Amino acid sequence: MSHRWGMVVDLDRCTGCEACVAACRAENNIPTVGEEQAARGRAIHWMRVERYWEGEFPDVRVKFLPVFCQQCDAAPCEPVCPTYASHHTSDGLNAQVYNRCIGTRYCANACPYNVRFFNFFNPAWDKPLHLQLNPDVSVREVGVMEKCTFCVQRINAAEIQAKAAKREVRDGDITPACAQACPATALMFGDLDDPDSRVSQLARSRRAERLLDDLGTQPKVIYLQRESE
Amino acid sequence: MFQTSWRFYLIVVVLGSVVLTGLGAWAYQLNRGIGVAGIRWPVFWGFYITNFVFWIGISHAGTLISAILRISNATWRRPITRCAEAITVFALMIGAMFPIVHLGRPWLAFWLFPYPNERGLWPNFRSPLLWDFFAINTYLIGSTLFLALPLIPDLALVRDRSRGWRRKIYGTLALGWRGTPRQWHRLETAMHIMAIVIIPVAVSVHTIVSFDFSMTMVPMWHSTIFGPYFVAGAIFSGIAALIVAMAILRRVLHLEDYLRPLHFENLGKLLLMMSLLWTYFVFAERLTIWYGNEPSEMAVFWATQRGTYAPLFWTMVICNFVVPFPLLAIKRLRTIAGTVVASTTIIIGMWLERFLIIVPSLANKYLPYSWGTYRPTWVEITITAATFAAMALLYVLFAKAVPIVSIWELKAGERMAAPGIAAKPARAMTPSDVGADLQVRPGPA
Repeated sequence: MSHRWGMVVDLDRCTGCEACVAACRAENNIPTVGEEQAARGRAIHWMRVERYWEGEFPDVRVKFLPVFCQQCDAAPCEPVCPTYASHHTSDGLNAQVYNRCIGTRYCANACPYNVRFFNFFNPAWDKPLHLQLNPDVSVREVGVMEKCTFCVQRINAAEIQAKAAKREVRDGDITPACAQACPATALMFGDLDDPDSRVSQLARSRRAERLLDDLGTQPKVIYLQRESE
Repeated sequence: MFQTSWRFYLIVVVLGSVVLTGLGAWAYQLNRGIGVAGIRWPVFWGFYITNFVFWIGISHAGTLISAILRISNATWRRPITRCAEAITVFALMIGAMFPIVHLGRPWLAFWLFPYPNERGLWPNFRSPLLWDFFAINTYLIGSTLFLALPLIPDLALVRDRSRGWRRKIYGTLALGWRGTPRQWHRLETAMHIMAIVIIPVAVSVHTIVSFDFSMTMVPMWHSTIFGPYFVAGAIFSGIAALIVAMAILRRVLHLEDYLRPLHFENLGKLLLMMSLLWTYFVFAERLTIWYGNEPSEMAVFWATQRGTYAPLFWTMVICNFVVPFPLLAIKRLRTIAGTVVASTTIIIGMWLERFLIIVPSLANKYLPYSWGTYRPTWVEITITAATFAAMALLYVLFAKAVPIVSIWELKAGERMAAPGIAAKPARAMTPSDVGADLQVRPGPA
């Protein structure tokens, strides 16, 4: 049975603590590029928390906006890739096949969310992070593009386990690293095709919006706009 | 052609060492990773793609000028067609290199070729980069043929006038040319076909290069105007490059009798028209965006108009319009010196134009949190400088190896123009006819 994996980000709950950012790095073997390279715009962060200020001083408040690959149904990154490194899986995920990538970086330019990151050098980790690489996630060599995968390794693991137990994947079986780490449960993951799943129910909320929705990319990440004062 | 002075060797050594430095910089980049260049998140394309678009643009000098003038039978074209066609081939070779230089894993560039492979994958025909691949290769083959065909009678002439190993090489290149009426007929037919075919090919190439940008929905890239805008800019910069190349050849090879003020005057008029056309395109593009006032596009618009990129933008306007316009519009100023000054600023301005199309849009894309800037490193600057040197070097070597002014076409033109001489059409000329009473001075003095 095919799924349509999606995420819900509740902006009312997000405190901007960036636990999701740290968890994502640890889970997905994201290299640390060092201070100097980070200052030159080479830092890789599949998950980032954008900060926007609203209102006029002194009545200012900060808005946190976690941004990661929106796993668009009509993804601008996919048609432009000459080697099918960026392509759509049957589960609706935007897969990035590292071994096919030749590094034209066209996908990253086409992406309106700027959520694609490039390996400008071979990966390296600050000690002792090199000792905690996740064996379920491949490391990426110099010259290839990478981005949030919705923790595809966890999705696959859950599907294999469900198959072994001769049952369907249940809502809540899969939790990406960012959602698992979120202390405020601002991030939720599930099947948008299952009308009873938690993400489907939240997606029907009147607070539900999608980022840069008017571009027609049909993202599978739903943002619940803030209502609290 | 057969005497070589120390100055020739000096030029070759100087240009060659710049080219070698550029190759060294590329080797360094291959070894360390593309990160030694200045590109970064979110500006993933910088100098390399600028150079790519710029050089492919320069390559439009030859074909369009030469083909259009050939088809319209403009007789003044005769001494300049070969200079122009040579620019096309060399600029295209240099431009086509950049998509490989800019790759993250250039050793896998051959994956763009549609060949049966162990991965069981075709390349993605939906990708504009693949359209580029086909367009540029078609153009490269076409323009090489377009350059090579009219070279044949001249190569035969050189063959007949040389000895030893030179005779062998030129003999091979001349493809057994004897100047029989049959051969002339075939050559003329082939040249006519190529002149017609190459025009749509040239237009399609820069249109497809513009599609690399306009097919995405990046602010100020996603534009219907980009195809013709890029083609106009390409012809614009191409004519400018041709004028500069002609002026240098005229000076160095003492071709004053062949490349006359008339040629600069006529090309100057063409350049003036392209300058106005380019300015019109920029105006039409900018005005509609400003009036539409769409927020994401306005971010890019203001960044170029009065923000980070404003100094570059206004320099571009000065280089492409403010300086060339009076120089080319006022008859008294449309001299060799005037057109060369205008052409030089246009080359600079058009390079800036390519840069300003690519970088500000990427740097100011939608979510303001992810905006960035771009600054090139020495690697990109060195490789860019090396390409200009490579262009000059290829041109110097070419002018050394073959007659840079088409001898037989000039001859045919003279014969047609002089009614006193028993009018002998080009097709009746043998290589010795072409060479008779030849006054062309030998090679670089």
